[in-house]
Amino acid sequence: MAIATEPVAHSVAYVRAAPVDTQPPPTLARGWIAWVREHLFSSPANALLTLIALYVVYSVVPPLAKFFIFDAVWDGQDRTACLADGGQEVGACWAYVKAKIFYFVYGSYPFDLRWRVNIVFLLGAVGIAWMLWLDAPRRNLGAFYFFVIFPIASFLLLRGSDTFNIERVDTSLWGGILVTLLVSLVGIVFSLPFGILLALGRRSKLPVVRLVSVIFIEIVRGVPLITVLFMANTMLPLFLPGNMSPDRLLRPLVGVALFASAYMAEVVRGGLQAIPKGQYEGAMSLGLGYWQMMRLIILPQALRIVIPGIVNTFIGLFKDTTLVSIVGIFDLLKTVEATLVDPTWATPVTRATGYAFAAIFYFICCYGMSRYSLAVERRLAAGQKR
Amino acid sequence: MSTTTMSMTADKPAHLKPVALKTEIAVDMIGVHKWYGEFHVLKDINLHVKRGERIVICGPSGSGKSTMIRCINRLEEHQQGRIVVDGVELTNDLKRIDEIRRDVGMVFQHFNLFPHLTILENCTLAPIWVKKMPKKEAEEVAMHYLKRVKIPEQAHKYPGQLSGGQQQRVAIARSLCMSPKIMLFDEPTSALDPEMVKEVLDTMVSLAQEGMTMLCVTHEMGFAKQVANRVIFMDAGQIVEMNTPSEFFAHPQHERTKLFLSQILH
Repeated sequence: MAIATEPVAHSVAYVRAAPVDTQPPPTLARGWIAWVREHLFSSPANALLTLIALYVVYSVVPPLAKFFIFDAVWDGQDRTACLADGGQEVGACWAYVKAKIFYFVYGSYPFDLRWRVNIVFLLGAVGIAWMLWLDAPRRNLGAFYFFVIFPIASFLLLRGSDTFNIERVDTSLWGGILVTLLVSLVGIVFSLPFGILLALGRRSKLPVVRLVSVIFIEIVRGVPLITVLFMANTMLPLFLPGNMSPDRLLRPLVGVALFASAYMAEVVRGGLQAIPKGQYEGAMSLGLGYWQMMRLIILPQALRIVIPGIVNTFIGLFKDTTLVSIVGIFDLLKTVEATLVDPTWATPVTRATGYAFAAIFYFICCYGMSRYSLAVERRLAAGQKR
Repeated sequence: MSTTTMSMTADKPAHLKPVALKTEIAVDMIGVHKWYGEFHVLKDINLHVKRGERIVICGPSGSGKSTMIRCINRLEEHQQGRIVVDGVELTNDLKRIDEIRRDVGMVFQHFNLFPHLTILENCTLAPIWVKKMPKKEAEEVAMHYLKRVKIPEQAHKYPGQLSGGQQQRVAIARSLCMSPKIMLFDEPTSALDPEMVKEVLDTMVSLAQEGMTMLCVTHEMGFAKQVANRVIFMDAGQIVEMNTPSEFFAHPQHERTKLFLSQILH
């Protein structure tokens, strides 16, 4: 702790003779013991909390590991593999997941056409990676690919087309992870731009635009998603002329997208409100029009602020897609439930294993979104320090 | 105050030639009134600003100085009277408003730079999007004006990394990139640290020496004495007194002006 100081000036007048050199900060005690003492046992209360936390970990983690890993059955042809015949304890029946995995991924999509789904998965993975990798080359081309080429190609491949002589596959056969990803991707891709428009509409000076936005947002937000789905299922055909009947998978797709848009609009509005008035005035004084101002100045800043909220909505939307099973769509959770009644795999642990598999799938996807958004936030924060 | 004359006319590319006003009267305000709800904030403002004239507006806070110059580029809407900017009358016609805003630059108290864009991008944004200037040309123009305000080396930094004085000079450069015919300054030095005021005033002085039409809301009386053609004193939403700087400071007529000057000139 030797910081050189000049002799203290005792008179009123004082002029510094020599500048004080810059010095490194004093070194603190390092090492893991010091860290543990400082962070985990700094006070009696903290020590107590640490011990309680350790006890909780001790009582939760080993049984879970035992069930899902050490006692789990990894191979087998049918239910007999997962029955506790010899009196040994039986954990998760992963053999059942293995046997049903293709059903979980594709639903009832015809066996010999599943390569088409695989191509769509591949195309989608390329597009998502292109969009999410912020330093990727030709990102505008990537956007065109992801928002134009990919949807058209997916539609032709998944559903088929008579004009291109691709065999038709009815949407009632689609299912599993395919449907879950489809519904959430459509919801995510539509809810952001639509939500932004609604948020701008709600803050518009034009009373009609504002009223329509407010009514839409408040009605959709004030109604449970299940209701929206039922309404989309039964009422959408009523709004459309004559014998036009929208596809039964399209109806919940529209419902989910509209539902997510209303929530997204409120998230974006929060961001818009955080932008100081001076930013609008600066942009206006330069002669930028409304849309230029929004696109170039206001939204880039507003959306950056609400990245956590946007991702939160995406994650919520992703998990809410399980509700489409209510209107008879076979998403992942529904396919899992459908296999539970299969007598070939009826064991006491099948149900727990099936739900655990779905939970792990959802967790990986949502955690991935969460980590990605954190990385983006950190990166954007590094770009501009206020 | 130093008057660093910057030779601006020499070796100037074609697109940087100053743009002349179309009419002799740059800004014409005739019987302008404005209300904020019930509050009568501007009362019968009559002001004729000639081409190349430099006007300093001062007055106590809340007297309507800022509101008045913000009416000139329609950041505030006037409710009665006429405002004509370089021959174009301000109405609710959005096209006209944009046309006027293109020609009228504004510098704000709090700079209002765009924090998510670099200094260079701040300067090129409006030329590229409003004037449809090619990016390369816009960057040339921007660098020209950044050199002019003496911070070309900061071009690739973000506003948050600059000092207040530097940010305000960038804001001036950003306005100049649109080759405005008229410049409005809304208390440009009020939010600055004392040490930063001079660098911004120097930039404004050099701009004045080139013949830019300027309306400045400021309490920098040294600046007013040095460059202003006229000083306007406002109180309670009215123009109370208007005179040349020498007369205004030496022989203020109105009681309110005398009081104000005695308060600020210690």
